[in-house]
Amino acid sequence: MYTSISDGIEGAPDGGDARERAFDERLDRALKIEPPDWMPDAYRKTLTRQISQHAHSEIVGMLPEGNWITRAPSLQRKVILLAKVQDEAGHGLYLYGAAESLGTSRDELVLALLSGKAKYSSIFNYPTLTWADVGAIGWLVDGAAIINQIPITRCSYGPYARAMVRICKEESFHQRQGFDIMWTLAHGTAEQHAMAQDALDRWWWPSVMMFGPPDSESTHNVQSLRWKIKLFTNDELRTKFIDQTVPQAEQLGLAIPDPDLRWNDETKHYDIGPIDWDEFYRVIGGNGPCNKDRLQARVDAWEDGAWVREAAAEHARKHGSDAA
Amino acid sequence: MRDSARIEYVLRFGDGALVLAQRLCAWVAHAPVMEEDVAVANVSLDLFGQARMWLSYAGELEGAGRDEDRLAFHRDAREFHNVLLVERPNGDFADTTVRGYFYDLWASLALSELAGSHDERIAAIAQKSRKENAYHLRRSQDWIVRLGDGTQESHARVTRAVDELWRYTGELFIGDDVDAVAVGDGFGFAPEALREPWLERVRATFAQATLDVPPDTWMQRGGKQGVHTEDLGYLLAEMQVLPRSMPEAVW
Repeated sequence: MYTSISDGIEGAPDGGDARERAFDERLDRALKIEPPDWMPDAYRKTLTRQISQHAHSEIVGMLPEGNWITRAPSLQRKVILLAKVQDEAGHGLYLYGAAESLGTSRDELVLALLSGKAKYSSIFNYPTLTWADVGAIGWLVDGAAIINQIPITRCSYGPYARAMVRICKEESFHQRQGFDIMWTLAHGTAEQHAMAQDALDRWWWPSVMMFGPPDSESTHNVQSLRWKIKLFTNDELRTKFIDQTVPQAEQLGLAIPDPDLRWNDETKHYDIGPIDWDEFYRVIGGNGPCNKDRLQARVDAWEDGAWVREAAAEHARKHGSDAA
Repeated sequence: MRDSARIEYVLRFGDGALVLAQRLCAWVAHAPVMEEDVAVANVSLDLFGQARMWLSYAGELEGAGRDEDRLAFHRDAREFHNVLLVERPNGDFADTTVRGYFYDLWASLALSELAGSHDERIAAIAQKSRKENAYHLRRSQDWIVRLGDGTQESHARVTRAVDELWRYTGELFIGDDVDAVAVGDGFGFAPEALREPWLERVRATFAQATLDVPPDTWMQRGGKQGVHTEDLGYLLAEMQVLPRSMPEAVW
């Protein structure tokens, strides 16, 4: 699964001393920044926030698809979905590990999520109402994730870039399984085809919004681009997603819910209708259909599991070994 | 009778793995720690895989064109042959762990017996499953020890779970006509023979976990013959809803 990366930059860049010049030089030479290296505080804070948001998105992102594991319609589909959601837990773990290498513990990061302070990708605040939604998430949401994440394999921070290499490989399987579900539904009974179209109708615009606000409103792009934490702008990535996805919808025989969508021969890209940014900000602001439920599910898992974690820690303390 | 006994025998193992896998997959994304989300998904995946092998074989033996999905999604509770233990609700992490431990330990013994079955398919499925089961057992046994010998609260919770689930363990060791055919024809084992080795392991693990083995009690039974607890109907209603509501559809 995936996160839409926040553009938020923490604080101002540090002063121009020798360490900072060395840091800048590494960036210029496209060398990786590694955990022991000196880095500006603002770089550290921005990356910690970005990587942890990404980790939170993986973990919260388990919930909408997890909602269909018990009801998957065949044993084959069930084990594929189960393995996919399991991969997301794995992605969350690598990413928390990468974030911890910047000096903040996983528990601190998780508590920031549970308190509502830290963000996760807004796409997961939409409900999965039918089985086709599992297909649509794989096809569209993971498709968008791949476009967003492949550049991060080349980002300046070593542990994040390396985590992303493995994650991207798995994401491409996820995207294919989603497309395969959509293909089967679109070519199935009339009822199944309608289910697939309905899922596309509901997931299209939220997926387009996953790349974040338009460049004209995204004030922090410049610094993140300079730091090579971000390699393309929101609008560049969004255009790439749309160009890639429209022909896939045609292959499926499904209609993208945008009457203004058309190929532009001059730009060699698709033009799209207006994006409802009010909806985007409303969902980010906490008023999406599932914001409260998603966070509550994470809080419940944390609180209900507290006695188990305490028991493991206590047993380890008594017997002088690791807890888990 | 002999053919139908073999089919039912195979279904018992398949349904046991299927129902427990279905219970466990509901934990994913809700486990006490993220590493356990990964672990419980692994166990559930293994058990679904085992269920698919057993059900496919049962369908082939039956020869009526029912495949794994037909058997999983289009039978009612009375046609399921899993032991009652596996259909007990997830409860808290202690309930799930104790249920898993009792099953994993029994399965380790049962699969070892079946690995020597004269029925080559049964033997092959058991041999593959046995390797997976060894990990499941190691994990559930470790958790029994951690929870039993952890905090006061974890000790109390695991004790309550043991007391609650103990009465569903007896069925694992009660043979019937189907088991008798399995023994007679050399494709299965006598369940009674596993009771002592199972109890011996439970005693050893519980000693390490500072837990008491419950006193003898009436053991609930009937699952193998298709007479279940009320919980199974809800589990199946949820699992089967899509294929049942659109029987023409291919997924």
